[in-house]
Amino acid sequence: MKKSKDFRREPLTDTQLLMTITICIFVGMYLLAMLIFKGGFLHAQQVFDMLNDNASLIIVSCGLTVVMIGRGIDISVGAVTSFVVMSCVLYLNKGGSLFVSVLIALGIGLAFGIVQGFLISYLEIQPFIVTLAGMFFARGMTTILSVNPQKAAHEGFAKLRETKIVIPWLGYIAKNGKLVPARVELGVVVALCCLLAVFLLLMFHRLGRALYAIGGNPSSALMLGINVKRTRFLSYVISGLLSGISGFVFMMHTGAANATNAAGMEMNAIASSIIGGTLLTGGVGNVIGTFFGTMTLTTIKKIVVSSGLNAPWWQSITTGGMLCFFILLQSVVLSQRARKKKA
Amino acid sequence: MKKKSKSIFQGGLGQLTIPVIAIALLVLFNLIRDPSFFSIGITHNNDGNAVLAGNLISIVNSASELAVLAMGMTLVTAACGGQDISVGAAAAIAGSTFVKVLKSGGSISGLTVLAAFLMACVVAMLFGTFNGTLVAVFKIQPMIATLILYTCGRSIAYWINGGATPTVSSPILTGIGSFIPGIPIPTPVIIVVVVAVIFRLVFHFTSLELFTQSVGINGSAARLNGINVTGIKLLSFIILGLCVAVAGCIGVCRLGLINHETLLLDVEMDTILAVAIGGNSLGGGKFRISGSIIGAYVIQMLTITLYAMKVSSTDVKAYKAIVIIILVVIGSPVVKSRFEKMMRQRQERKVPVTAKGAK
Repeated sequence: MKKSKDFRREPLTDTQLLMTITICIFVGMYLLAMLIFKGGFLHAQQVFDMLNDNASLIIVSCGLTVVMIGRGIDISVGAVTSFVVMSCVLYLNKGGSLFVSVLIALGIGLAFGIVQGFLISYLEIQPFIVTLAGMFFARGMTTILSVNPQKAAHEGFAKLRETKIVIPWLGYIAKNGKLVPARVELGVVVALCCLLAVFLLLMFHRLGRALYAIGGNPSSALMLGINVKRTRFLSYVISGLLSGISGFVFMMHTGAANATNAAGMEMNAIASSIIGGTLLTGGVGNVIGTFFGTMTLTTIKKIVVSSGLNAPWWQSITTGGMLCFFILLQSVVLSQRARKKKA
Repeated sequence: MKKKSKSIFQGGLGQLTIPVIAIALLVLFNLIRDPSFFSIGITHNNDGNAVLAGNLISIVNSASELAVLAMGMTLVTAACGGQDISVGAAAAIAGSTFVKVLKSGGSISGLTVLAAFLMACVVAMLFGTFNGTLVAVFKIQPMIATLILYTCGRSIAYWINGGATPTVSSPILTGIGSFIPGIPIPTPVIIVVVVAVIFRLVFHFTSLELFTQSVGINGSAARLNGINVTGIKLLSFIILGLCVAVAGCIGVCRLGLINHETLLLDVEMDTILAVAIGGNSLGGGKFRISGSIIGAYVIQMLTITLYAMKVSSTDVKAYKAIVIIILVVIGSPVVKSRFEKMMRQRQERKVPVTAKGAK
């Protein structure tokens, strides 16, 4: 009750405003696509497909949002994902157990997170350089493990991969008259769990609140008695852990490892975080926004395909244009608000 | 004389300490590993010219694009406190424009090559202005602003040539890409020297260096002192655009074709690395172009050393990463201050002993 009363006096925070804009644009865009292109966009399966394809991207973007809120950047996430996929597939093909492969995935992610976090927060090296080196290392290790594509041939894993959650009341009737139920892969569930966990962490846990404080102003956070170094360290550990999880989810989606897996994923993840309203300057952002950022990016790509622009360059040109639009919008909105605050 | 050498040792080379140490380490490592690494011979290439050959030449030669880009990137880094991650994509656009103009002109003469190069420069500067406007006028962090061009740049390059990877061949282009008949030094190396000299001259005759540094160190203070902050930031991106055009054209001339996907692939990361290894702060402020150039050669030397050790080209990245980490750990402020503290303690222990001896 109190909240609604105070609503007028207390305007939206920057985080909430940027997130709201993104969600509105996503919903508007999807509705427009439904009206114009009909076809696939009318089926619920379209949304689930988008989720299925992007489960690992969502997880990675969550990690990146955490790091970006604390004024950092982590560009090693895509490469770590690829490294995890390769090592897990090789391990499974050697007859390893599924449980241990999950542990391997988590372990690799944690190891990257800990080393990078230590170098960045305790040795005060620029995050860009450290994670760039991390990216090079992970990509190089992936090719050292195997240059050739590897297919996972493990029974338990195949079963896990085949397991799909069927949502019966959201199916559609195919052309042959059969009812095709909507399917969601297990990876999506993992992704949504990660999303929820990170959301709760950022909103209610002391670590999350400290992270916002550090992103807003590191020196005043230090004076408030926040352990800046440890918090930043932990943010990178979280990001590393999430890229490990993302690697496993990626493997569940593709079922095979390739040296070029998840190429460019780090930039996609950064783009989704930005579209979702996270600022690289820190202190502003939310994983819910990041989720909608990922969905917006995917929807743009789907719309480009549906609208018949089949030439291979249009997808990334429109993505770039969209990114430009969002970035400009954020800049204009925030500078307007800053001016109002001053006046 | 003695005093001077001592001051160099005590004050260090300043910013250049890390890159010089890195090069010294690499040279030492190679000397121990295989002294013939440094041999330079004269061979005759396919056209029958006497040209220099050897690992050192190939290091200097193949680092040319990187060195040119690093020079421009240093300015952007210093002025804006951020990096341009779209240089590879922009170079692909410039290269595509270069080829497009050459293709549309019919026969390739010196004049058409010049026209194509100028066109590439104009296009690259336009994209530089786009990035610069986002950064300087809209106050967006450089990495995010250039992320736009990073995502769509290579596709634009693809689109310019209508989805093909056209080839161009002409003695002039091979002259630019490899060797001019009669001159044993690879032409890209000469281009790098020319670009470096131009930078030096510009810094000597204008106050660009000073203005860029003051904008990078404290933008609002610079503005209060009457420096056009927006203009300086924009200018740094336009200069980087020129460097990108030069690098893109060298890349095209080297291969004789434009492949929008592979031209200068991943060069943006190497460029930023070169700037960082050169001892420049990635947060802006003071800079030394020479550091970045040495940084570029360090990276290339590392790569060629690894190739000489029979590491496959795909695996190089992992080893590179380890060396980078070692370098930045040595150069990190925390480690440095620890080391200095240790040295001071050692000196303090020595001082009383000599004082006693004097008494």
